Amino acid sequence: MAEFKEISPNAPMAEKALNWVDNRFPLSKLYKDHLSEYYAPKNFNFLYFFGVLSMLVLVMQIVTGIFLTMHYKPDAATAFASVEYIMRDVPWGWLIRYMHSTGASAFFVVVYMHMFRGLIYGSYRKPRELVWLFGCAIFLALMGEAFMGYLLPWGQMSYWGAQVIVNLFSAIPFIGPDLALLIRGDYVVGDATLNRFFAFHVIAVPLVLLGLVVAHIIALHEVGSNNPDGIEIKATKDANGKPLDGIPFHPYYTVHDIMGVMGFLLVFSAIIFFAPEFGGYFLEYNNFIPADPLKTPLHIAPVWYFTPYYSMLRAITGEMMYALIVCVIVAAYLGATRAAISSTLKAAVIGGALALVGLMLAIDAKFWGVVVMGGSVIILFFLPWLDNCAVKSIRYRPDWHVYLYVAFVLNFFVLGYLGVKPPSLIGERVSQIGTLYYFGFFLLMPWWSRLGETKPVPARVNFAAH
Amino acid sequence: MSETTVDTGKRTWLIATGCAGAIGGAAVAVPFVSTFNPSERAKAAGAAVEVDISAIKPGEKLTVEWRGKPVWIIRRTPEQLDALKQVEAQLADPQSMRNPAELTPAYARNQMRSIKPEFFVGVGICSHLGCSPSDKFQMGPQPSLPDDWQGGFLCPCHGSTFDMAGRVYKNKPAPDNLEVPPHMYLSDSRLLIGEDNKA
Repeated sequence: MAEFKEISPNAPMAEKALNWVDNRFPLSKLYKDHLSEYYAPKNFNFLYFFGVLSMLVLVMQIVTGIFLTMHYKPDAATAFASVEYIMRDVPWGWLIRYMHSTGASAFFVVVYMHMFRGLIYGSYRKPRELVWLFGCAIFLALMGEAFMGYLLPWGQMSYWGAQVIVNLFSAIPFIGPDLALLIRGDYVVGDATLNRFFAFHVIAVPLVLLGLVVAHIIALHEVGSNNPDGIEIKATKDANGKPLDGIPFHPYYTVHDIMGVMGFLLVFSAIIFFAPEFGGYFLEYNNFIPADPLKTPLHIAPVWYFTPYYSMLRAITGEMMYALIVCVIVAAYLGATRAAISSTLKAAVIGGALALVGLMLAIDAKFWGVVVMGGSVIILFFLPWLDNCAVKSIRYRPDWHVYLYVAFVLNFFVLGYLGVKPPSLIGERVSQIGTLYYFGFFLLMPWWSRLGETKPVPARVNFAAH
Repeated sequence: MSETTVDTGKRTWLIATGCAGAIGGAAVAVPFVSTFNPSERAKAAGAAVEVDISAIKPGEKLTVEWRGKPVWIIRRTPEQLDALKQVEAQLADPQSMRNPAELTPAYARNQMRSIKPEFFVGVGICSHLGCSPSDKFQMGPQPSLPDDWQGGFLCPCHGSTFDMAGRVYKNKPAPDNLEVPPHMYLSDSRLLIGEDNKA
């Protein structure tokens, strides 16, 4: 607790007011710690805009969302009509609604870019593991938020998308069917489901999301930002204890970020005004048909940001299970023969693998599809402990590591593309290979990230003044 | 503070009251979680549906709603019934042996999966993730289907295929055949879905 600070009675009014507040609330301290004396590396590049952009989109979604709830009706009988009412009759309602619907896609664009940035520059490595974990939790909450929000317009895609995803839970052995019933609140997706998804979408998940964002930023400001070189700027300080390669967040990055925000808003506005449906990718055409529980649209696909995971779900067929069983057996064999672990641990590896193979044979491929889909997101949480590379940033990794990352990104796009397409034989095979690559990339990372010759990491960041 | 010794008696009581509080908190969660369950109104909405089937021509399908789900009544043509025998080797569960208690009432555990060979009554919800499969009654090659297609259903969501008796093909995401709801014929033209006289 700080000492009570007296100030000269002749001081200007503003100074006295600030002093009064500072004696009761750490206003100046917060301002210094998080803005004027928060030192960020000076070599941030384009990819570092996406953190602040996620924040911008979050605020925009909350504000537009609040205004939408003033006209929207969470009732299966009137929901679809109320959205059309917002679009046609509410003054400027169409703008608010398009901002919100385009904002959802924009949110995922900026968050994916933000995660990609963290992935290639090693921003998840020690000491930033918790920053990464909070970030992954935000991503998970965001997926839930987007999924539940998509039910609210009560169109055909809303309805059948929710039907499919809720039924994913019923694939869990023993408790599954009851769990799905608990989520729906009815035997099929209906009014009860819509009403509760509305409650989760507008209050429960946003509260969690905001809490996680605060935790994400507190953790970040505790350890300091990483940078494209993956060099700790706190390691090289000047006589005053300020990092030599750091600049105060305010005014340098606040002004810098305004430029990023302008660039983002240019693109964002162009989409809102000229292509709000974005060719059926941001708002699917089938969602302009009211929900009909008796008829599934001929082609149903989730919105683009879920499609890579959806592809992996579809990839798990009865045949694929045999490929996965082979993978488990090979992994157990290598673990038992090559890994430097005690013999009891090796016995546990073999026992665990045998039990897993038994379960894989006993339980339907449907359940394992759900496991794979869930696992593809959950595996991100483990990234800080999977990466064994001697350097953080991709700039100093062996060249062939870069190719692995390029292949990872391309693979993610291919999976995403296949997820919007109707099922096909060739697509199924490609997505199966893609699924194996996606998981192989992460699960084999402890091994491959160690290999190869890393490049020498300089003591100071690369930065050319402009 | 570090000099003082731990008062074990007090600590025991702190742990005991802490546990009691935690149990109380968990108990409070029960009514909250229970509100997620289907309401009494939702449970009561599952009444049986009576359908007039006299107007269905061979090869046609009628969809009615029962418990919020689509129930199909299909009057199969002789060719479609013949095809049921031909495709048997490609099916995952041609005899309806899996989960028979939930999926196939005893009177439908036959090759046609029906009481009357001509009429198939089934819940049009894919056993994979609950989409409603679309009609692909026409035989022969067509998109998303094998070239020797004998007529049936294709689930648009994940590509599972079913024959004209709602039996799922092998190596598809859907594990089970389509559900046959409890049903019985009140007369030649009146069908009751949701109740049977074997219960």
